[in-house]
Amino acid sequence: MATELMVNGKIMRVEAEPDMPLLWVLRDVLGMTGTKFGCGAAYCGACTVHLDGAPVRACQTPLESVGKARITTIEGLAATPLGRKLQDAWVTLDVPQCGYCQAGQLMSAAALLAETPKPGDAEIDAAMNGNLCRCATYTRIKAAIKLAAGAKA
Amino acid sequence: MNAPFAVSRRGFLVAGAVAGGGLWLGLAPDAEAAAAAPAALNHWVRIAPDNAITIVSQNPEIGQGIKTSIPMLVAEELDVDWSQVTIEQALADAKTYGRQVAGGSMATTLQYDSMRRVGAGARAMLVAAAAAGWGVDAATLTTGSGMVRHAASGRSASYGSLAEAAAKLPAPDMKTLALKNPKDFRIIGKPATGVDNRKVVTGAPLFGIDVTLPGMKIAVLHKCPVIGGKVASADLAGVKAQKGVSDAFVVAPVGDLYALAGGVAIIADSFWAANKARDALKVTWDEGAGTGQSTPGFVAEAARLAGQKGQQTIFEAGDPAGAMAGAAKRVKARYEYPFLAHSPLEPMNCTARVTGSKVEIWAPTQNPEPGRKAVAETLGVAESDITIHMMRCGGGFGRRLTNEYMVEAAWIARAAGVPVKLVWSREDDMTHGNLRPAGFHHLEAGLDDKGNVTAWTNHFVSFGNNGQFSRAAGLDATQFPARFVPNFRAEASLLPLVTPTNFMRAPANNAFGFVMQGFIDELAHASGMDPVAFRLQLLGPSRLVGEVGKRDSYDAGRARGVLQTAAKMAGWGRKLPARSGLGIAFHFSHLGYFANVIEVSVAASGDVKVHKVWVAGDVGRQIVNPSGAINQVVGSVIDALGGTMGLAITLKNGVIEQSNFGDYPLPRMTDAPPVEVSFVLSDNDPTGMGEPAYPAVPPALANAIFAATGVRLRTMPIDTALLKA
Repeated sequence: MATELMVNGKIMRVEAEPDMPLLWVLRDVLGMTGTKFGCGAAYCGACTVHLDGAPVRACQTPLESVGKARITTIEGLAATPLGRKLQDAWVTLDVPQCGYCQAGQLMSAAALLAETPKPGDAEIDAAMNGNLCRCATYTRIKAAIKLAAGAKA
Repeated sequence: MNAPFAVSRRGFLVAGAVAGGGLWLGLAPDAEAAAAAPAALNHWVRIAPDNAITIVSQNPEIGQGIKTSIPMLVAEELDVDWSQVTIEQALADAKTYGRQVAGGSMATTLQYDSMRRVGAGARAMLVAAAAAGWGVDAATLTTGSGMVRHAASGRSASYGSLAEAAAKLPAPDMKTLALKNPKDFRIIGKPATGVDNRKVVTGAPLFGIDVTLPGMKIAVLHKCPVIGGKVASADLAGVKAQKGVSDAFVVAPVGDLYALAGGVAIIADSFWAANKARDALKVTWDEGAGTGQSTPGFVAEAARLAGQKGQQTIFEAGDPAGAMAGAAKRVKARYEYPFLAHSPLEPMNCTARVTGSKVEIWAPTQNPEPGRKAVAETLGVAESDITIHMMRCGGGFGRRLTNEYMVEAAWIARAAGVPVKLVWSREDDMTHGNLRPAGFHHLEAGLDDKGNVTAWTNHFVSFGNNGQFSRAAGLDATQFPARFVPNFRAEASLLPLVTPTNFMRAPANNAFGFVMQGFIDELAHASGMDPVAFRLQLLGPSRLVGEVGKRDSYDAGRARGVLQTAAKMAGWGRKLPARSGLGIAFHFSHLGYFANVIEVSVAASGDVKVHKVWVAGDVGRQIVNPSGAINQVVGSVIDALGGTMGLAITLKNGVIEQSNFGDYPLPRMTDAPPVEVSFVLSDNDPTGMGEPAYPAVPPALANAIFAATGVRLRTMPIDTALLKA
């Protein structure tokens, strides 16, 4: 079935089953592999993308539920100054170890800062606790969010 | 365990011209490789006429930061700016590169010297080329930022402009090269961000699971829920009728469970279609011997074996029975820990393309060469016909030291007749991984009236078959406090096991730290001594125990150093509120000495909060990349806390009962305390960072909980119900 999606500001036409999760539409149909598969069950947050700016787990988002919502993935994060600030903070503080979860971490962080420009520790914990990092880079993730927010890390 | 690790300088520098006028330089592991080197495609350093400088990273990158830190060694001695170099991942090719393994925390140990010499060798050739061209003595030339300069005449030339002339010179003898004085380091010892970080944060294809080939299909391999079981019969019609599915077939087992376990392969246009089609699968299994395995059964059998004499002796010294009988005080305890799953966040996957007899593989692997061998043996192809691209791994932790997913992908791609990316689901990995072995230790110690440990016995009940320990299930004879207690006996008995096991971050030590340092804490309290003072007394004076240059030699001075440093950092001995406590532990493994202090408070409900962790580590005189090193230590600490607090894999009738992160809850941001790290720079060669910070964490946590509550926890994961006020 053909569906039109708005991905990172571009209209994309995909042939996929309506119940296929957005994660697999992105990865296996559109070849956009930046969004990561970690658990397939919304435990890990590696597949986090934005629908109209709100963070969602793409592995639990059927294609048919997306509708006309604007999809932002890690590949489109640099389109905003906030996204670039976060990416730069991640590089500056050398956040990643293996790096596999970081796309999802960044997407959760971007959604947080768009809503709450200067989050405190509790707000960061609440926004980020759904994102697993198996390498446990949590303390640097928190510092990088604060750096991007312009707060003292 | 007792293999010499002393750094070998037996390699040969080899050099030649890159097509188009550049210089390449490599390090051949032996004379045969040196002779073949000019034909090799990959080299360690390439300098192009346009001054593009490429350094090849030979090791698999799993998040340990080796693709950054080892090239830093080359760049330092090459005397270029770090910003000038591009890092390229090597193909898997042990004949050209030597060891290519992310395991044992050995890369820094083995390459700290040799990779500096690679950089210095290329620099020496460029300097020699400039000296010849300018007719001056090479000793009058200086280098920096990829330039050779002659101060007296004001002449300078870029490395790129000298590369063609340098390529005509013989490679220098690596033993005679002068290396920089560490005080002149400009790259080594300075924090560097990971070389792939910009790709990571922009979502660029990087990991094994990101590989896409023309005409590629996605495969899943559905395995028997009982580990070791195989397909008895399968009705595949229903599967083949599913949308997006192009093929399905039975894969019969070949070799052991580390090779091709077999199952039903489903080939589809997407992972989702392939994975979903499992629901339509009708299969009956031949479950095999694995059904007899259950965690309660193991626990009961371990208790039975503990009441008997050990089946084998691991290490014995003095007269443990006599000394125990004569001890002023005796302490007995039983420690236990569970199976664990490595669970790197990138699920197992591998992409393979089979063309005639040639096999090309894109794999996230920590250890490619055994994978090549297994693919060759299983498919009946020549090892030389197999090309392996080492993809960045989304975590390793030892999971990708085995390569069964590589064998599966190659087999399925050949059978399907199309390039295939095999992707395991999270459930596949959690229920069919290679586990960190569980274990049971039955300890007794004798103390004299001064707090000296006069006797120590341990009956270790572990896993194995036919008298051989399962992988990563053995106890090394020199595990502390062996050699530090005069009358000592370690013995072992084995429970049969079908489930495959394997090395997990700081293998064996990740559990032994908990056991030994927890029991030592008990002995300190039984002696009425401060836990730090007791440990210092047990270590005795600074000295090397064992032979110089042996991997298991124990430097008591280095252990004392980290123990005292961690205690000082944490303000050991300070007064804490009720139900709060400090715990300390130290451990030596993977050539690194680590100690840590953990501060906890325990709520009336039993919930444990870790407030802070102070870590002191001694991995030698030089930290190559402080940013990466601290990341490794902090990650190890939180990993270990998570493992101690809530993780266990259990078996029931041969089936693993956990399936995803819901029932295998890895630590999250709110579980991550602040971690303060200090490196003790002792005058020893630099060694690896990925593992040795882990083992001292679980016992320090248990010891802190004891200090806070008086409750001694001897089982991992800890049971907080025991801690209710």
